[in-house]
Amino acid sequence: MKSYSNTYIFLFSTIMVVTVAAILSVAAMTLQPLQKKNEEINKKQNILTSINIQSTAKNAEQLYDQYINESYAVNSKGKIKESVDAFAIDMKKELAKPLEEQSLPVFESTIENQKQYIVPVYGKGLWGPIWGYIALENDLSTIYGAVFSHKSETPGLGAEINTKDFQEQFFGKEIFKMGEFVSVSVLKNGNADPDSKYQVDGISGGTITSKGVDNMLKDCLSSYKPYFKKINQDKSSEEKPVKDELVEKESE
Amino acid sequence: MSEEKEPLFSSKNLKLLTEPLNDSNPITVQVLGICSALAVTVKLKPAFVMALSVVVVMAVSNVVISLLRKTVPPRIRIIVQLVVIASMVILVDQFLKAFLFDISKQLSVFVGLIITNCIIMGRLEAFALSNKPWPAFLDGLGNAAGYGVILIIVAFFRELLGSGTIWGFQVIPEGVYNFGYENNGLMILPPMALIVVGAIIWVQRAKNKKLIESN
Repeated sequence: MKSYSNTYIFLFSTIMVVTVAAILSVAAMTLQPLQKKNEEINKKQNILTSINIQSTAKNAEQLYDQYINESYAVNSKGKIKESVDAFAIDMKKELAKPLEEQSLPVFESTIENQKQYIVPVYGKGLWGPIWGYIALENDLSTIYGAVFSHKSETPGLGAEINTKDFQEQFFGKEIFKMGEFVSVSVLKNGNADPDSKYQVDGISGGTITSKGVDNMLKDCLSSYKPYFKKINQDKSSEEKPVKDELVEKESE
Repeated sequence: MSEEKEPLFSSKNLKLLTEPLNDSNPITVQVLGICSALAVTVKLKPAFVMALSVVVVMAVSNVVISLLRKTVPPRIRIIVQLVVIASMVILVDQFLKAFLFDISKQLSVFVGLIITNCIIMGRLEAFALSNKPWPAFLDGLGNAAGYGVILIIVAFFRELLGSGTIWGFQVIPEGVYNFGYENNGLMILPPMALIVVGAIIWVQRAKNKKLIESN
């Protein structure tokens, strides 16, 4: 077998590394727009699912434009933050910030003349992050729809949170009880009172993931409390004008 | 490497392609690459894409290493192999993310873990480094296909018994569930993949006399 000098080995490895780096960066750069697009579409599909609109990767964007009429971010005091693109907000990064600095996205949709408020939730399951979107009805308490997703929960157990059966339990539940925020509790499977508006069954065998959903809802939804209160107040005091003002602000 | 003009599909070359499917199957006979066989075989579709990705990575890196075989200094050959495999895997991963986003979501980290699939490095080291590109290409295809076939068989049974579906379509009729049939939750968990692989090995050895040890 030939023996190779050190110079040759160094030269060989340098050329190899540079070539590989060049190939990979070209590939990454050419494919990046497509990947970004895919992620956006995926997010739009999730938001649409939360208001019970089924979409495919193809028609997601069109349906999104059709149903979601507004998106904006609010802060933890309930004030609308101008100049923040709600859709681009990364919940993981926001939740790492102190509560006062967080930008909390809100999406508004209209279905059959009823308004829904969609808010993202983000938390941790057993093996990794879990997230989802909760759509609230016009009263800002009744859950219109819910969608959950996860990165790496156990298939058949924790991963069941992204099944219809689990998500449909949330429909019609309420997060405010006599004006007090209570969230919807995810209890051990079989323990939820079917008449209660504030409880759902967890997943048997997926206790930690269910608990994760429970915490995620409490944590994330409670940050919106001030904003929800404000909308409700505005609504009850002077029904029309304030709403219009809000809309005007958006359209500026 | 003296014989010139060997036909592309000579019996020797064909053997490279067919042998790993049965007699020297990477999973059932050489018992390599078990880890990924456990992870991605819950459903048929991801298993199929995983198999396809491994075929691509393996065939291409076998050819690349075979082309480089006269220039690679033996002292750093393992590193060179790793670099070639790793960059192929990243390319495949990026490609999936761009064009098959749903599936890349399901495969998530496992595409990255193709790098650690011992079959690939084993073939580079044992075959590609000392053979011409064409046989190396066939060897890569054959071994990856042998791996993929097992993956797909395992996934078929796990999806059928675990979820009652094939390729995402419900195949077990609703009526059967009404009679009290339930999907076997255990099939979804990784240990059942091992048991299914074990069953495949059992069937294979019973059929293929060459694999029965004499002692």
